[in-house]
Amino acid sequence: MKAPALPSANPLALRDRMKIQRQHMPEQSPEDRKTNFHEVNLGFSAELARQEALRCLECEKETCMTNCPVGVDVREFVRLIVAGDFAGAAAVVRKDNVLPAITGRVCPQEDHCEGNCVLRKKGESLGIGYLERFVADYEEQMGIRHLPTAEPTGKKVAIVGSGPAGLSAAGDLIQKGHKVRVFEALHELGGVLVYGIPEFRLPKHIIREQLDYLRDMGVEFETNVVVGRTVTIDELMNEEGYDAVFVATGAGSPQFMKIPGEHVIGVYSANEFLTRINLMHAYEFPRYDQPLIDFRGKDVAVIGGGNTALDAIRSALRLGARKAYVIYRRSEAEMPARAEEVKHAKQEGIEFQWLTAPIEFLADGKGWLNAMRCVRMELGEPDSSGRRRPVPISGSEFEIPIAVAVLAIGTSANPIIQSTTPGLMTDKRGYISADEKLQRTSRKGVFAGGDIVTGSATVILAMGAGRRAGKSIHDYLTTGEW
Amino acid sequence: MFKILQTQQLAPGIKRFVIDAPRIARKHLAGQFVILRVYEQGERIPLTIESSDVARGTISIAVQSVGKTTHLLTALEAGDSILDVVGPLGKPSEIAKFGTVVVMGGGVGTAEARPTAAALKAAANHVISIIGARHRDLVIFEDEMRAACDEVFVMTDDGSYGEKGFVTDKLRQLIERGTKIDLVLAVGPIPMMKAVADLTRTVGIRTIVSLNPIMIDGTGMCGGCRVLVNNESKFACVDGPEFDAHEVNFDVLVQRNSMYREEEKLEMNQFESEGDSLLERIRTGELQPCAIPGETK
Repeated sequence: MKAPALPSANPLALRDRMKIQRQHMPEQSPEDRKTNFHEVNLGFSAELARQEALRCLECEKETCMTNCPVGVDVREFVRLIVAGDFAGAAAVVRKDNVLPAITGRVCPQEDHCEGNCVLRKKGESLGIGYLERFVADYEEQMGIRHLPTAEPTGKKVAIVGSGPAGLSAAGDLIQKGHKVRVFEALHELGGVLVYGIPEFRLPKHIIREQLDYLRDMGVEFETNVVVGRTVTIDELMNEEGYDAVFVATGAGSPQFMKIPGEHVIGVYSANEFLTRINLMHAYEFPRYDQPLIDFRGKDVAVIGGGNTALDAIRSALRLGARKAYVIYRRSEAEMPARAEEVKHAKQEGIEFQWLTAPIEFLADGKGWLNAMRCVRMELGEPDSSGRRRPVPISGSEFEIPIAVAVLAIGTSANPIIQSTTPGLMTDKRGYISADEKLQRTSRKGVFAGGDIVTGSATVILAMGAGRRAGKSIHDYLTTGEW
Repeated sequence: MFKILQTQQLAPGIKRFVIDAPRIARKHLAGQFVILRVYEQGERIPLTIESSDVARGTISIAVQSVGKTTHLLTALEAGDSILDVVGPLGKPSEIAKFGTVVVMGGGVGTAEARPTAAALKAAANHVISIIGARHRDLVIFEDEMRAACDEVFVMTDDGSYGEKGFVTDKLRQLIERGTKIDLVLAVGPIPMMKAVADLTRTVGIRTIVSLNPIMIDGTGMCGGCRVLVNNESKFACVDGPEFDAHEVNFDVLVQRNSMYREEEKLEMNQFESEGDSLLERIRTGELQPCAIPGETK
């Protein structure tokens, strides 16, 4: 049960609060930022944060909280910002969200808290994401730590994957007194946060700080372990003594289009392109060893309309691309990318070609990409996703000269865990079948959540699954009931 | 950190490492590989596991110095460490009773083919091995192959040891002599594997090759290692590394493996002038991850 709301600290009458404009996030200018990988958004000062927080109407019916996947108590943390208690505000966020500095940067707030904000109906919603980021950064700057106080339960939980779902579950479980160890396949922790999301949107030091916090809370981490290959789930449970396992390995495998020319040099999957840049620092070649095609002066296209597509094309621009296109088969309205990223991309000079799809990649005599054949699309009848299906317009084929293409058209299930864990049921697409609320799989003691269950979604939805798993695992470990 | 317990110079430019990696040793099966990263600024490269010792908790790899990373790696000695080693990755070799199997190793591929040859022998196959190198100094693992196989033929390009010729010459000879061959496994440079595939295709002998495309994560996440097999995209890291040689498009593999040639040259030049100090900085632990990214190049 939620405690009753505390008295407002806001001195302003409601009508005066509504007169305050939404505060702008200070950011690097488009001209500057497109030549570097530093963070675009610079963060609120205490003054800006307080000014923004003053806009909150402190609605009795907290619509901002109804569809937060992790259930952050928005009204209370905003109230504490108004009261000037930033540490208290951070503590409130942290009760429900162990990665606040990350979600404050990458969560699509317009689909969750801000989308339901009453202020939005009258103008612009409260900048809840910006405020969350502010208190998270404040907490880190002040070195504040809330360490678990629960008595050890003697139970051990293995978490497979150190992405948002895994970390979220780890943070919740460690606070319940369980021993938690997170296994990561790559050499660096963070999963998609570290290999997928670029520095200019989510700096690596932020991820490391949030991981350090979890480490201080007692979470153990082991890198270079591909569960299913290095050790199986059965070995973790039978030989290493884990009482429960949470599988949070992410969606994994990049999809290709199955059109001619996908093997020519210069065609990357977004996962590979972004992994080279983010995880392997290829943008710092040759100071780092992992190479990347030299983008300087080249024309580049990304295929897709999600956040990954925008992360990729904006990275290409920063690598020195001359022209940078986003090619998307539906129209702007259907783009799944966050509104802020689309806005930022447009400001940076990214050119959008909506209702367009590639049909062939063309190579020069040496096997290097030099053009992409495309076709224009129109929207037909709604498909299974409810969105209108894009249909090619015959005779509209044309070529775009490009030297690099990045495919950001989605992912499919990575099969390693499923194929090495007997009795683990999957759906017909190969994702792990798990209960929607309890995150239980067909195997006793094995839970799953995040993209490996749902297919590609967002950081915050994965964290929501991690929280549900954390609660469900705790219930299982304390009652023994399955 | 993964400690190097022992090294052995197998031939000029080819060195064997015994590495402390108990988790990998326990799970390793013939045909699988590891991905390693030598130091913080290093790249990830795949290398086939040459053997493992569960009791000691070690794995061995044989490394030929070709580019910067392998040059750096072969400069390491027992007592040094490798920052990251992950595995065992990829599907293990298919081991069954086929009948007569010819295992072909080219260069460092001989070390990589040995565990599969031994497993095939243990599965009651008659195993003939053909190992090849440019010159006698580069012939490696002959004794190990003799211990693992029923027959061993050694070929050198210049005839300085064994018989003069390519490994395919010997295979052709065996076929022409009427040796009944049920399966061929070829591990080595791409031109060699392609030549073997071309030869056995004409006579319809099932042939397996172990592919070595550029790879990053090794878990099917990035798709960089995609190869064209039977005109379909396959990921060598999870669908392979072994494939039916007659279905592999080797030209695409050659082309894709050449895509960073300029960058590799640049790195190699840099390594030639700065390699010693780099090694020193790795050993003293001076190279650390940088928190602040640099400007774009």
